[in-house]
Amino acid sequence: MATGHSADAHGRHDHAPTGFKRYLYSTNHKDIGTMYLVFAIIAGLIGGAFSVYMRMELMEPGVQYMTTEDGSPDGHMWNMFITAHGLIMVFFVVMPAAIGGFGNWIVPLMIGAPDMAFPRMNNISFWLLVPSFVLLLGSAVVGGGAGTGWTIYPPLSTDTGHPGPAVDMAIFALHLAGASSILGAINFITTIFNMRAPGMTLHKMPLFSWAILITAFLLLLSLPVLGGAITMLLTDRNFGTVFFKPDGGGDPLLFQHLFWFFGHPEVYIMILPGFGIISHIISTFSRKPVFGYLGMAYAMVAIGFIGFIVWAHHMYTVGMDVDTRAYFVAATMVIAVPTGVKIFSWIATMWGGSIRFDTPMLWAVGFIFLFTVGGVTGVVLANAGADLVLHDTYYVVAHFHYVLSLGAVFTIFAGIYYWIGKMCGRQYPEWAGKLHFWTTFIGVNITFFPQHFLGLAGMPRRYIDYADGFAGWNMVSSIGSYISFASTLFFIAVLIYTVKYGRRVEANYWGEGATTLEWTLSSPPPFHTFNELPQVK
Amino acid sequence: MLYTQNVKGLFSRIFRLDQIVRRPWAGDVTGEVSVKSRLTTLAASATLLTTMPASAQGPRNWQLGLPQPASPTAAMIDNFHDGLLVVITVISVFVLGLLLYVSWRFREKRNPNPSATTHNTTVEILWTVVPILILIGIAIPSFRLLYFADRTPEADMTLKIIGNQWYWTYEYPDHGNFTFDANLVQDADLKPGQKRLMETDNPVVLPVGEKVRLLMTATDVLHAWALSPLGVRLDTVPGRINETWVRIDKPGTYYGFCSELCGAGHAYMPIMVKAVPPAEFDAWVESAKKEFARVDAPAKPAATDPAVKVAQDRSGN
Repeated sequence: MATGHSADAHGRHDHAPTGFKRYLYSTNHKDIGTMYLVFAIIAGLIGGAFSVYMRMELMEPGVQYMTTEDGSPDGHMWNMFITAHGLIMVFFVVMPAAIGGFGNWIVPLMIGAPDMAFPRMNNISFWLLVPSFVLLLGSAVVGGGAGTGWTIYPPLSTDTGHPGPAVDMAIFALHLAGASSILGAINFITTIFNMRAPGMTLHKMPLFSWAILITAFLLLLSLPVLGGAITMLLTDRNFGTVFFKPDGGGDPLLFQHLFWFFGHPEVYIMILPGFGIISHIISTFSRKPVFGYLGMAYAMVAIGFIGFIVWAHHMYTVGMDVDTRAYFVAATMVIAVPTGVKIFSWIATMWGGSIRFDTPMLWAVGFIFLFTVGGVTGVVLANAGADLVLHDTYYVVAHFHYVLSLGAVFTIFAGIYYWIGKMCGRQYPEWAGKLHFWTTFIGVNITFFPQHFLGLAGMPRRYIDYADGFAGWNMVSSIGSYISFASTLFFIAVLIYTVKYGRRVEANYWGEGATTLEWTLSSPPPFHTFNELPQVK
Repeated sequence: MLYTQNVKGLFSRIFRLDQIVRRPWAGDVTGEVSVKSRLTTLAASATLLTTMPASAQGPRNWQLGLPQPASPTAAMIDNFHDGLLVVITVISVFVLGLLLYVSWRFREKRNPNPSATTHNTTVEILWTVVPILILIGIAIPSFRLLYFADRTPEADMTLKIIGNQWYWTYEYPDHGNFTFDANLVQDADLKPGQKRLMETDNPVVLPVGEKVRLLMTATDVLHAWALSPLGVRLDTVPGRINETWVRIDKPGTYYGFCSELCGAGHAYMPIMVKAVPPAEFDAWVESAKKEFARVDAPAKPAATDPAVKVAQDRSGN
């Protein structure tokens, strides 16, 4: 397919800066990708620890841990935890890992580009994320903390509900994270449109690059809307405007429309890169080209487009006109069609293949099934009628964790096991990867499957304490979360072991199934790659 | 200045709920007639299935499904969900089966030489068209349910519901316009048989078999009045009046929870509805008129509970 860059000894003459300058001043897509991944893993541990603390609190009825000094329940602390957990996982774990990490590391290698189009902008994209994260963590300890939920709905998030500076800090954190993502999106779009290797037309481009391209467009079109909404919230809070305040003629629901006009594309932003990763892994380990390549690419385009016209299905119970709800029901269900095309195309890729079940493949196959489960509960929730008993219950919590925690996060683990050898030149111990997969698979299913039952029985989400009739499944769910978190700690150990002591690997350690350009380079690739552009036939 | 004033209590005064002008087309499109016969069947079957006497409901430990429906809407939802559950289970099992089959049939040992097939127009059309047909099959009953649950054009009475941090206020405009607050019964005050985090000091009493129009708003932040057994769930939004309806079919006590994040006491403002026969309801109205204040009388000060205090201390109020 391509003539690769020879990975010879001149990797030593690549003038890589040393010390802190190598990372702080980095304009190298591989180093920046690594920083994004490390950042996401650290943020993931913090966000995961928050969720374990919440599950500890929910393990039994009554409030055992989150209490004030006099022992009474501290509902505000609970709200702070759910808010921080949601924002961290969305903005500082899944997005940095999937887009910043794999996007930066792999896209230029896959399309045969020497680096990203704007390397210095790439640097600022990453380094904006760090102060953003610090601001978000700071918002939890300043002025009582932001207990608004990740959706920051007014009026609870205005000065009426949150008079202190916490919500302002959270808003600034989102501003910075948004700016970081928009810059990143511009970089990816420019890189993918202009820097593909000679001969690589868009219709020959690997699916992961397609996924990142579509994701970047979603980011570019949706994040400014969030930026606008939270800026209006900021001025409502501090400068006397009344965009969302009914007493001045504003409308709290306007914020919800703006938020979800961003928020719904955002959930596809989190999953689309994963779709790309899964396509490569399924193809590699089935030793077969992806089934229906063009259908796969345009299914992602369709999902991205429809993602912009379904936002109010998050708002069925706000009192919207019934005809409007009917439209959003219909539009939302349409998404199931391109998603189904993807699921079946992955299975068709395996069909007739010669399948090997190395760790990345386990994650990928696990992903396909669990994403299907999360997808079909999404079809249930798409019905505004069924939403009358399910909205804001644990059924919703179960649904979005199946598509994000068991969906997007599974694809990130799959990607790490697939590419870690490429990134650091060393391979993880196979048994450890498999153990990590199975413990996580069992743990997350024990955590989230019973939450469907809790939701059907009517347990509302975002509750610090619950009626005694919900106790049984909550206990099971909490035990599952401990298993999942223990499994994650094991993963950290595997990762450290791999980077330091892992077995050294050659350029293409997956064999003939792996056909994209990054497998023509040495593992790890030299600091600068594709100084001579590869030719794609 | 007005903008920065605390909005608490402002809206119940500015927006008198009973002055709302109903949109002329609302209710016209509910398609209620067409589903009426179906509904009677549904309600009848629901009644048959229920051998339980009128009693207090609520979540049971290890419960797997929806609560026992007690209104026509809830019965429709129950029926719709049962059908949908079959569809999604079949789809999930089908995908799992396919995955297990290909993993076994095309594993490396058994199939050492992979094929190079990347297209098959027939299956590609099939897996596009079949899901579309399934979705259309789901959409038809879904729309019917949606329009049925929306509003009722001919209500027998109206109940006004006002969300506050962190209790509910109820008003009965058709019965002398009396009003009362419903606060959580604190753990320490629970009587034997009362359920933790579910009981309120003043339950909402409603007549069985009558169509009740529900009008909702809030005084401070968003709340949501949600009762799964009755198939009712609607946000209460400051500055807006939302409308829906309910007809409770069986006497009993029904429990619900505030379902929109509203601050520190979010988990501590349950909803308790007591459905009684109409005669009993009329008797209760007479006593309630004496016990509770009229809407136009001076408002009572807001009740406080520990959760409220916590939030106020934290937010510096």
